[in-house]
Amino acid sequence: MPPISISTRAPGAFEDVADDAPLPVAGAVIVSARRLAAERDGVFARNDAVGVVLESHESPMQLPPEDLQRLSLVVLMFPKFRDGRGFSWARMLRTRLGFRGEIRARGHFLRDQIFFMARCGIDSLEGDLRITAEAVSDALATFTHVYQPAADGRRSVVLARHG
Amino acid sequence: MYRYDEFDARMVRERVAEFSGQVARRLAGELSEDEFKPLRLMNGLYLQLHAYMLRVAIPYGTLSSRQMRRLADIARRYDRGYGHFTTRQNIQFNWPKLADVPAILDALAEVEMHAIQTSGNCIRNVTADHFAGAAADEVEDPRILSEIIRQWSTFHPEFSFLPRKFKIAVTGSPQDRAAIRVHDIGIACIRNAAGEAGYQVFAGGGQGRTPMLAHCVGDFVSRDDILAFLEAVMRVYNEEGRRDNMYKARIKILVHQLGADEMRRRVEAEFAEIKAQGALHLPHAEYQRILSYFAPPPFADLPAVSATEGAARARDGAFAAFVAQNIFPHKVPGYASVSISLKPIGGIPGDADAAQMDAVAEIAARYSFDEIRVTHEQNLVLPHVRRDDLYAVWQALSAAGLATANIGLVTDIIACPGLDYCDLANARSISIAQDISTRFADPARQRDLGELKIKISGCINACGHHHVGHIGILGVDKKGVEHYQISLGGSAAEDASLGEIVGPAVTADSVADAIETIVDVYRAHRTGGERLLDTYRRVGAQPFKERLHAAHQH
Repeated sequence: MPPISISTRAPGAFEDVADDAPLPVAGAVIVSARRLAAERDGVFARNDAVGVVLESHESPMQLPPEDLQRLSLVVLMFPKFRDGRGFSWARMLRTRLGFRGEIRARGHFLRDQIFFMARCGIDSLEGDLRITAEAVSDALATFTHVYQPAADGRRSVVLARHG
Repeated sequence: MYRYDEFDARMVRERVAEFSGQVARRLAGELSEDEFKPLRLMNGLYLQLHAYMLRVAIPYGTLSSRQMRRLADIARRYDRGYGHFTTRQNIQFNWPKLADVPAILDALAEVEMHAIQTSGNCIRNVTADHFAGAAADEVEDPRILSEIIRQWSTFHPEFSFLPRKFKIAVTGSPQDRAAIRVHDIGIACIRNAAGEAGYQVFAGGGQGRTPMLAHCVGDFVSRDDILAFLEAVMRVYNEEGRRDNMYKARIKILVHQLGADEMRRRVEAEFAEIKAQGALHLPHAEYQRILSYFAPPPFADLPAVSATEGAARARDGAFAAFVAQNIFPHKVPGYASVSISLKPIGGIPGDADAAQMDAVAEIAARYSFDEIRVTHEQNLVLPHVRRDDLYAVWQALSAAGLATANIGLVTDIIACPGLDYCDLANARSISIAQDISTRFADPARQRDLGELKIKISGCINACGHHHVGHIGILGVDKKGVEHYQISLGGSAAEDASLGEIVGPAVTADSVADAIETIVDVYRAHRTGGERLLDTYRRVGAQPFKERLHAAHQH
């Protein structure tokens, strides 16, 4: 199924390529961090958009900055909804590493986590078939205000109180 | 007391709406119990042995009379007429119906209360010294920072799915009444050599099956940096805390495995990054705004000594005993803090019925500037009472069955709900507390034994804080029979330590006997004004072990 957007960005169309499969002649691809590290010149030489998948234990801080600049997509794995590392990875990508491409959550999560995912800078979701566009718009409207800064640029209540 | 502004009120209302939708989806069968579980837990709703249990947050243990009356209403209307005050300064209702929970949350929201983050793998309700704003030894009122942390941690987008639950405690006094060394993060309000306000931050304490004392990770964190520093600790934990084994997932295990020095180094590196970004700087104006809510009530100018109180003590021995045991000195002359024991002889520790809650609300409105505190030792406090009014307060408490004069004594026992309610428990806790309390009921004997903190947990999760009891009691299951392991030498105060097991586990009907044996050894060895804890620390475990082995060989 196609990814669902939870931000103003439309999800890009990418093809997943397994580590042992050849890269297609053309078209945007998603590869693992290991393959990217091993074949970076080849992967980036194709002149098509490149995405990387990070497993939940793989920090984006480990990606070489010059690779990150050339990536169009980072896919963060959520192996189960209880594994909340992806929230930190997304926020680090946005606020510390300055990543401006698409961030996509893939795996197992609940619609009740969408509000938090959007706040941490995640753009799109791939996983639960029951999450509809309507559920997303409901989830994003859960709270009018926020108590703390994150990666979405929203002004916290503290700043709203003091102008 | 803190009052919600439009932002806070809206946030809680929207949370009630969200949770009501989740309950409706569950009742309609759109959510399975499995899917509903994490959602209800984030809002303090547990499924216990017999029924749902709702845990309501009482941030840093502070309640107004109006809020206490509302808790009484909820107990009457939706429960069986009582509530249970917990070691995390919260209250639990044991018998709500799922369909009623949205209405209960609505009723709570009307008085600026909620059940947000009272469970789940998130930052839990913040706890603090129950004498905050009243204690003479206070450096800073810990409720100000606690409220700041409450807001920052509420619906935190990055830290709501941590490896495990996360508890923060704040003390404003060098004398630690908030047990900060056994929390995931413990914070002490301090002043540096230049007299500037700041915080000492500890991380990695906890109880449960692997009890550990927290290590200092920040010697002096300035006030405007404190949220950035806390965020640094949280991020290191969220990224590196173990997720493969729930029993090794608390931050204490990470700190232990990395070592305190390496943990400190990582926190400092992360803190430097966050600080450079600047987004989490706490504005002075926000600290001042919250501070203004905790401004002292309009205390009268009174003499330090009350003639009225003195005369009443002279003519009424029971009142004199109450004053001697349940009164804590106040920073303002002529005032005192009154502890209300929820440990009547033979009672259930921490339970209060609706009539008692109403009585406390009434007494607080009349005599304590409308304020009530819940303590982590499962008692209540009237923080600001005129010494001239102590006799009237005592009479009113007596009429409500709330004047037990046993604060800090052998019958002031902490106990978790145990096997009577909890589906994690291996053994009962409440009945053991009742046995010990009944055995040591004699007030003169209690006073002779002095400060003696007994803490009982019905399983290894240690909700009853047995590791830090002067005497700790842990329920275990041995081939289907409840047994109890006894430990000595624990403390949750500024002299924090973890207890050591002394002797074989005993059966339920022998626990009170074993406590008698321990107390006998203490009385035989004590010198001067030593507490049992002091004697144990001086003479060691051996004399206690010998007598326990001799008395409880089977």
